[in-house]
Amino acid sequence: MSAETSNDRAIMLIARREISTRLRSKAFRVATLISILILVGIALVSKISSGGPSYQDVGVTPAAASTTDRLTAVARALHIDLRVHDVGEAAGRARVRDGELDGLLVGDDPAAIDVVVQTGLDDDLRSVLQLVAQRAALDRQVSALGGDPATVSAAVAGARVRVTPLERPTETDGQQLALGIITSVLIYMSLLINGQAVAQGVVEEKTSRVVEILLATVRPRQLLIGKVLGLGTVGLIQMAAIALCGIVAGTATGALHMHASATAGTVVWLIIWFLLGYTAYSLAFAGVASLVSRQEDVAAVVTPVLMLLIVGYVIGVSILPSTPDSGFVAALSLIPIFAPTLMPVRLALGVVPAWQAVVSLGGIVVAIPLLLWLSARIYQNAVLHSGARVRLRDAWRTG
Amino acid sequence: MARQLEIDRLSKRFGEITALEDITFQVSAGEIFGLVGSNGAGKTTAMRIVLGVIAADAGEVRWEGTPVRLDTRRRIGYMPEERGLYPRMRVAEQLEYLACLHGMTASAAHASVDAWTERLGVADRRDDDVIKLSLGNQQRVQLAAALVHDPEILVLDEPFSGLDPVAVDVMSAVLRDKAGTGVPVVFSSHQLDLVERLCDRVGIVRHGRMITAGTVDDLRAGGREELIVHAPQAAPGWADRLPGVTVHDHSDGRTRLTLGEDADDQLILRAALATGPVHEFARRRPSLTELFRHIVGPREEIS
Ligand SMILES: Nc1ncnc2c1ncn2[C@@H]1O[C@H](COP(=O)(O)OP(=O)(O)OP(=O)(O)O)[C@@H](O)[C@H]1O
Ligand SMILES: [Mg+2]
Repeated sequence: MSAETSNDRAIMLIARREISTRLRSKAFRVATLISILILVGIALVSKISSGGPSYQDVGVTPAAASTTDRLTAVARALHIDLRVHDVGEAAGRARVRDGELDGLLVGDDPAAIDVVVQTGLDDDLRSVLQLVAQRAALDRQVSALGGDPATVSAAVAGARVRVTPLERPTETDGQQLALGIITSVLIYMSLLINGQAVAQGVVEEKTSRVVEILLATVRPRQLLIGKVLGLGTVGLIQMAAIALCGIVAGTATGALHMHASATAGTVVWLIIWFLLGYTAYSLAFAGVASLVSRQEDVAAVVTPVLMLLIVGYVIGVSILPSTPDSGFVAALSLIPIFAPTLMPVRLALGVVPAWQAVVSLGGIVVAIPLLLWLSARIYQNAVLHSGARVRLRDAWRTG
Repeated sequence: MARQLEIDRLSKRFGEITALEDITFQVSAGEIFGLVGSNGAGKTTAMRIVLGVIAADAGEVRWEGTPVRLDTRRRIGYMPEERGLYPRMRVAEQLEYLACLHGMTASAAHASVDAWTERLGVADRRDDDVIKLSLGNQQRVQLAAALVHDPEILVLDEPFSGLDPVAVDVMSAVLRDKAGTGVPVVFSSHQLDLVERLCDRVGIVRHGRMITAGTVDDLRAGGREELIVHAPQAAPGWADRLPGVTVHDHSDGRTRLTLGEDADDQLILRAALATGPVHEFARRRPSLTELFRHIVGPREEIS
C-alpha cells in the first residue's frame, strides 16, 4: 500500500463519516428546513411586491370576437402581457370561476365592453379594456364625421414619447434582481451553516478527546481535509435542495420566469462559488475553532471569520438591488474575502465583465491553498491542547 | 531483527516542566511491560510520544529496529489516558470506523467488531450511542477500539482504571492472550498488585527517568527479605542480640524481622524454639507496592 493511496483512503473514510453523521443530525435537518422556508417566503414576498410580470388571460366569446385585434394591439402598446383565448360563453364563465381566466369579454358592442370577472378587474387589464372601448367610440365618431378611422388610428399609433437617458441605464430587470437576491441569501446561508458545522465538528472532537486516537492513526491535515470535504459534500446537496425548492416556489408563484440560459448560468456560478467560498471559509473556521475545547467557546472564537461573511452579505443585499453596477461592490467582489458573498450575486444580476469574473476566481483559487497551509498549521498545533483557549500566536509558533 | 519496541532516550519539556528526561526502555514481542510511577512522573507523556500524538524534543522510538512512523503507528493499539470516542455515534459503527482508519477492510472490520464486543461483554450495546453507556462499559468499548484492528503492538494508558473486578479479569486475560500471540504490551497502572500479577517486567518512572526496570524478582533483589516468626511465649527483645537481624515489630507473639547479609536463619529458628513452641516461621517477599515505596520514597507514594 503506497503512502498516497492510504492517504486518500483515510480522507475518504473521514469524509464518509462526516456525511453520514451530518445527514442524521437533527440540527442539520432543521437548518435545511428553515432555509427552504426563508427562500419560499422570499419568493412569495417578491411576487406580492413586484406585482409580478405574469400574463393577463382574457377570454373572448364569439360575440366579442371583433375586439380581439384591437385588444392585442393596445396591450402591446402598453407593454402589458396579454393572452387572448377564444372560448364559448359557458366554458368561458366556468374558466373565469376557476381563476384560469382573468376576464371574459361577452358583449358585442366594442365601445361598451362587457367583461365577466371572478371577483374584480385587474388594474392593467382595466386600462387596456378602457382604451379599447375609447378607441371604438372614437372610431365611431370619426366615421360619423366622415373621416377614415384607419388614418386616425395610424396617426394615434405614431404618436410617441422620445426618451433620452443622460446616463447608461442598468440592464437589470426584475427577474435578474429576484435571482440575485435569492443567490445572495442562498450563498450566505450555505456558507454560514456549513462553515459553522465545520467549526463545531472540530471542537466536538476536542471536547470528546476522540482526536487523540484519531491522530494516532491519521495526520491532522488528513483529518482537517476529510472533515471539510465531507461537510462540503453535504452542504452542496443541501444547497442544491434549497435552490431547487426556491426555483420551484419562484416559478409556481410567478415571481420567477425561467429564462432557461440565465437561470442555468446563475445556478452553475452559484455552485462554483459555493464550493470555492465554502472551502476557503470552512478552512478559516476550522483553524480558529481548533483553538478552543468547549462548544460554548466556539461562538466567540469564530466571530471574526463570521463578521467577514456577514459584512459581504450585508453590503450585497443593501447596495446591489438599487445599484447593481456599484463600483465599490465591484471592487470588493474581486477580493477573495468578499468574493464568495458578492461575486455570485453580481453574476446573477448580469453586471460582471469577463475580466472581473476571471480575476476574482483567480484570487480565491490562489487563496485556498494558502488558507489550507495556514489553517492546517494552526489546527495541528492547537488540536491536542485541551483545556484553556490556545492563543493564536502560540498555535502558530509551536511545532 | 529483534522484534522489540525500543524507547530510546526520549526527552520532552513543557515550558519550564521537564516531563521526560532521557527515558529508555525496551519491550520485547510477547512481553507484558508495566509502567509505574507517581502522578506526573511522565508515563502518559512517554506513551503519547510513542503514538506520535506529541513530538519528543529528543530521542527515538523504534520497532524492529526502524524508527516508528505513521504506517507503523497504524498497527499499534492505543488506549489514551483521557478516554475519547464520538459520544453520539453508535458503538459498532464507531469501532468499524476506527478499524477501517487503521487500514482494515470493511468486512474484516465488521467481523472483528463482532468478535471483540462479544468478548468484552458489550455485544448487546452495539447499536447504542456511546454516550448512553455506563462509564465502565465505555471503557470496555475504548479497549475494543484499541484491539479491533488486530494490532501488532499494544500501548495502554491506565487500562484498568474504572473497571469492575470481572472486567479486570477479562482485561487481564486479553492482555495475556495478546502477549501470547507475540504482541509487545505496554501499560501503565497505579494498581501495583495487578501489575505484579500480570507483568513480565516492570519499569518504575520517576521525574521523567526510568529509575529501574526488570522482572519483579529482579526488583526485589535490591530490597531485603522479611521473616515472620510466631512464637507465643517469646518475650519482647528475644531476637535483639542475633547477628544481622533488625526487629521491626513485635505483638501477640508475632515478630517481624529483616535479615541482613550476615544473618543466619537457622540461628534465629533455634533462638525462637528456645522461647517455647513456634507456630510459624516464614520468609515473606516484599510486594511491588513496598518496593515502590522504598524506591520512590515515602513522600511520593502513589495516590
Ligand atoms: N500538555 C502539557 N502541557 C504542559 N505540561 C504537561 C502537559 N502534559 C504533561 N505535562 C506535565 O508533564 C509531566 C508528566 O505528565 P504525565 O501526564 O506524563 O504524567 P503521568 O506519569 O502520566 O501521571 P499520572 O500518573 O498522573 O497519569 C507533569 O508534570 C505534567 O504536568
Ligand atoms: Mg498519566
